[in-house]
Amino acid sequence: MPKDNSLKSVLIIGSGPIVIGQACEFDYSGSQAARSLREEGIEVTLINSNPATIMTDPTMAHNVYLLPLEVESIELILKKHKIDAVLPTMGGQTALNLAIKCDELGIWKEYGVKIIGVDIAAIEITENRESFRKLMEEIGVPMAPQATAKSFLEGKGIAQDFGYPLCIRPSYTLGGSGAAIVYEEADFDKLLDRGLHLSPIHEVMLDKALMGWKEYELELLRDNNDNVVIICSIENFDPMGIHTGDSITVAPAMTLSDTTFQKMRDMAIKMMRAIGNFAGGCNVQFAVSPDEKEDIIAIEINPRVSRSSALASKATGYPIAKIASKLAIGYNLDELKNQITKTTSALFEPTLDYVIVKIPRWNFGKFPGTDTRLGLQMKSVGEVMGIGRSFQEALQKACQSLEIGRNGLGADGREVTDQNKLLYSLGNPSWDRLFHIYDAIKLGIPFKTIKEKTKIDDWFLRQIEELIKLERVIEKYRIDDIPKDLMFEAKQKGYADRQIAHLLRCLESEVYNKRTEMGIRRVYKLVDTCAAEFEAQTPYYYSTFEAENESVVTPKKKIVVLGSGPNRIGQGIEFDYSCVHGVLAAKECGYETIMINCNPETVSTDFDTADKLYFEPVFWEHIYDIIQHEKPVGVIVQLGGQTALKLAQKLDRYGIRILGTSFDALDLAEDRGRFSNLLKELGIPYPKFGVVESAEQALELATDLGFPLLVRPSYVLGGQKMKIVINKEDLEHHVVDILNEMPENQILLDHFLTGAIEAEADAICDGKDVYIIGIMQHIEPAGIHSGDSYAVLPPYNLGDLVMHQIEEITNKIAVALRTVGLINIQFAIKDDKVYVIEANPRASRTVPFIAKAYQEPYVNYAAKVMLGEKKVKDFKFAPVKKGYAIKVPVFSYEKFPDVNKELGPEMKSTGEAIRFIDTLRDSYFQKIYSERNLYLSK
Amino acid sequence: MDKNPAVLVLEDGTVFKGQAIGKIGTTSGEIAFNTGMTGYQEVFTDPSYFKQILIMTTAHIGNYGVHPGEIESDSMKIAGLVTKKFSPGFSRASANGSLQGFMERDAVVGISDIDTRALVRHIRHKGAMNAIISSSELDVEKLKAGLKTVPSMDGLELSSFVTTEKPYLAGNESAGYRVALVDFGVKRNIIRCLVERDCFVKVFPMNTTLAEINQFNPDGIMLSNGPGDPAAMPVAIANVAEMVKSGTPIFGICLGHQILALSQGLKTAKMHNGHRGINHPIKNLLTGKGEITSQNHGFMVTKESIDKNSEIEMTHIHLNDETVAGMCLKNKPVFSVQYHPEASAGPHDSRYLFDQFIANMAEAKMEGRDRKIEKVISKK
Repeated sequence: MPKDNSLKSVLIIGSGPIVIGQACEFDYSGSQAARSLREEGIEVTLINSNPATIMTDPTMAHNVYLLPLEVESIELILKKHKIDAVLPTMGGQTALNLAIKCDELGIWKEYGVKIIGVDIAAIEITENRESFRKLMEEIGVPMAPQATAKSFLEGKGIAQDFGYPLCIRPSYTLGGSGAAIVYEEADFDKLLDRGLHLSPIHEVMLDKALMGWKEYELELLRDNNDNVVIICSIENFDPMGIHTGDSITVAPAMTLSDTTFQKMRDMAIKMMRAIGNFAGGCNVQFAVSPDEKEDIIAIEINPRVSRSSALASKATGYPIAKIASKLAIGYNLDELKNQITKTTSALFEPTLDYVIVKIPRWNFGKFPGTDTRLGLQMKSVGEVMGIGRSFQEALQKACQSLEIGRNGLGADGREVTDQNKLLYSLGNPSWDRLFHIYDAIKLGIPFKTIKEKTKIDDWFLRQIEELIKLERVIEKYRIDDIPKDLMFEAKQKGYADRQIAHLLRCLESEVYNKRTEMGIRRVYKLVDTCAAEFEAQTPYYYSTFEAENESVVTPKKKIVVLGSGPNRIGQGIEFDYSCVHGVLAAKECGYETIMINCNPETVSTDFDTADKLYFEPVFWEHIYDIIQHEKPVGVIVQLGGQTALKLAQKLDRYGIRILGTSFDALDLAEDRGRFSNLLKELGIPYPKFGVVESAEQALELATDLGFPLLVRPSYVLGGQKMKIVINKEDLEHHVVDILNEMPENQILLDHFLTGAIEAEADAICDGKDVYIIGIMQHIEPAGIHSGDSYAVLPPYNLGDLVMHQIEEITNKIAVALRTVGLINIQFAIKDDKVYVIEANPRASRTVPFIAKAYQEPYVNYAAKVMLGEKKVKDFKFAPVKKGYAIKVPVFSYEKFPDVNKELGPEMKSTGEAIRFIDTLRDSYFQKIYSERNLYLSK
Repeated sequence: MDKNPAVLVLEDGTVFKGQAIGKIGTTSGEIAFNTGMTGYQEVFTDPSYFKQILIMTTAHIGNYGVHPGEIESDSMKIAGLVTKKFSPGFSRASANGSLQGFMERDAVVGISDIDTRALVRHIRHKGAMNAIISSSELDVEKLKAGLKTVPSMDGLELSSFVTTEKPYLAGNESAGYRVALVDFGVKRNIIRCLVERDCFVKVFPMNTTLAEINQFNPDGIMLSNGPGDPAAMPVAIANVAEMVKSGTPIFGICLGHQILALSQGLKTAKMHNGHRGINHPIKNLLTGKGEITSQNHGFMVTKESIDKNSEIEMTHIHLNDETVAGMCLKNKPVFSVQYHPEASAGPHDSRYLFDQFIANMAEAKMEGRDRKIEKVISKK
């Protein structure tokens, strides 16, 4: 069936603020959906409360509503626009839940809105664990022994029948909230109680824990003609027992025979057909017994675009959300083209001639005291994907992408050798288990013990063992006598020059020179959905070490935009938003744009975004090789957060042009000593501060500065390890603590201005002229990280005198730093005097917020300034200023039940929402204003 | 880890160097690539791959070892194997050995650790060609000389090497249907699919005549898959023409489909690269439904020849290149497909074709009974 022409206007529901379990993958799917529907001539209306999204850009949809994801907002939209259909499958569980709520209230019916992409009954069945179990029984799909409990008593009875270990999974929750494995009876009561409370319908499913079973996921697409294709098979490196969002995953499946895979494929198709009749995407999870029987058991099915489908899209090159949107409006798969080859059919199953490894990124450091063990409830905040021509290469590249201070898996002198610690970690997985498996093999812990404790498939463990064997061979050589074959093998297996340098006891640059001399060069291969069977039109590349290079360099002038790597607290979707706009602005100026990033959840790694996408670690070696290959006129580093920025120094040293603000100016702002000298010269007030390298020095300095003091290590992200101390004991303790965790780091002590008000300004500067795009005032007093504060645009109670000072200081600093591009300055205001806390000459978290609130493309403007194509004076600024916009921080505390909500200088929020109010009499504002001191920790 | 070097030389002189896998030795054949990500053992034992050097495009091969229940014939049929990463070890509780051991047993020579993607791109542009792999002779010039003696696949008959010598039986004699299967290089799963559907199967050698088959008194005839150029099989083509005339229901798969086409005066042609993989999209033109199919063929039935023939209808089309994927005779219960509904390896989307064949046999049996009754009535 071709397109349904009765659908002229479609509403897409977004996923709201970023929380654990629902991150920027839904901006990727939402943007794809909007674009996909627009190209069909459909009027697209979009609702999302998250301003830092590409999907809410005015260019993405005809009507954009930055409203809370609530029934009232939907009604408001339906009253204003004639909407023919709603597509609720692109915004995660949040969008589905909202769609169900509206359906229950009869809203869709009242306004004549058709639900497309899924049917409500299908969501009901998959979310209601009891009816899902019954349905699976009917169609003969096996599941783990399980039963639902609606009361505490019922739950106790079931547990008595099943025995331990067992799993508790609350119905209708996100990212496994409240789900847990109970190993012993003693823990059961508490966890059951929590599960029942977390489920919105107060129902939990109890099932027998299939610990150690192999875990797989399939991504499906179905059209109105009931054609079903499997886009991707994903195998979990970590067996059952760890949430798939917290598991290391691999595609294609590595240890699955065709017999078992086809059985699984048949079951998945049967399941999708059984839950309802709809056209769209679907994710199905299975467990397979690791014995001879290879029994397959269905775990769950999600009738919507998911985190895994974003990963599958990036892993295969098949844009699931884009195609699912077309199916939702009536197209059949055989009527659509493969988006990569543009000649073959969309009705097919992608095949890979490479391997991808996804590793989650955790942020446990932000939640001291929390249980860092992984389980059924997702705890990671982001992820990276490595692509290679072998599992080992993909694994090393994924490790290099993580930005956890490692150069890959092993070979960096940071192995753990404490046997007891390793043994504990193998059986109690946390974020570092992968590294500990490596360490354990290296230490000589028997393979059998490792296997027993981890239950990870032998094949994967042997792959890691092989790496260690290779390292032992390499270690026998020095840089002067390492044979070419061995060097080539190490590079093919994904070892970074830095790792090889460690093994050969020499410098990274020596390895680089040596391998270049040997003619061992990175080549680039295409992700093409078809293993090279057909010519591909889409420039989506990854690197490897092989014979042929497929990335042809054009004679066009080009620029590179460095991405922001994995999402983490303090560096999230806002930076991807800026990167995408940087790319688009450079395109407008006639540049060929090259994007480098390794985060599969993002819009920046959508192959439709930049002219060329290199899906590579934002890691020096990979970036340098791409630059050598492409020879761009310059690199944009100020859009990709700290990840990109911290590479500026090395780029500068290697003579690579940094577009916009120079490295020297970036360094000047970051180096506290140099920066305060500058402030002194300019006559700008700042809190008294000092730099120390030991606890003794800190105590001495404290007498000078006076308590309370703000203590923090230099060069960190999101206020990591930042704390306010009020006495010498606390100071000493915290300084020792920092030095223990980050040896040789400098520590900054600032006099903390108690009771001060905080504000921040973002501006665009071309080196001469400055335009302040917005000033935001925080609601909470100074002491809470700006990312965790409610903030209001424009300020709600700063007087003219203060505003004047902020404007003047912003102008002065921007010009003094010779900023070319964006700058963000943070202020503390006390007794009408404005102090500068810090300045960051780069895109900040707040820029997308201001751009959305004032409806002007500031990142686009700033990028054009960076490129030297435009001056500040060339733009006609006309911000839409009406009432106030409140930035609402959003936390994922429910994922860390053992951590108190306590705010301080270290950022803890995972996302943000925007809320517009007309006047300060607004009850929402009044409420948060009255609670402004509630959560400030000591 | 001991590593032996190996070298791959293509007909056009291109050389790839890698590591030896399988047996140490030399092998030659037509080089082709398969894009499946699972099912290597089924593929390597598929007789249709006889005399072919196969490139597996998926990055890792051998990971789950070999399994006694996952063979499509009694031995490996490929002439040689080319892979990126080859796993000497494996993990699968039910496996009974490694792929390395299996290759050694069947004396299959292979090469790993080469840029298979570059190789596939190369033959994608240049088309199918012969190649030689050696781990015992590394002198490229000598290998090039050896390569000259390898015959071209075009015009090459290969079924006679893989067909059964003597007829054999499968299934239960009391089953509902009797199927005569003409073996051009049959995959075991075709027989399994028939037996599962209540068929008693007798497998005949490739050049069996209708008269010989009729002694089995079959309800239907299955024309199997197999290797080589169908146009080089005049005897089989003539026999199949007779079978069609007899009015017995016929189902042809792959080479069987091509021979059926030739028996009806259609044309076959060698393809640039062929279709080999388990992700090939087919559209059933009668129902409008799509199927993801397992394919393995280097020759095809030409669309022009079907268009010109008023007796034959194209029933299935390959969605990527619009080549003929299936056909039927308009006035007889005879149909065939270019792909593999028995899968193994591959998806099970097309198993309904076996049901179709059974339905055709059931109908013919019914008609036969009716005819007999009519005869009885008319006699009376």
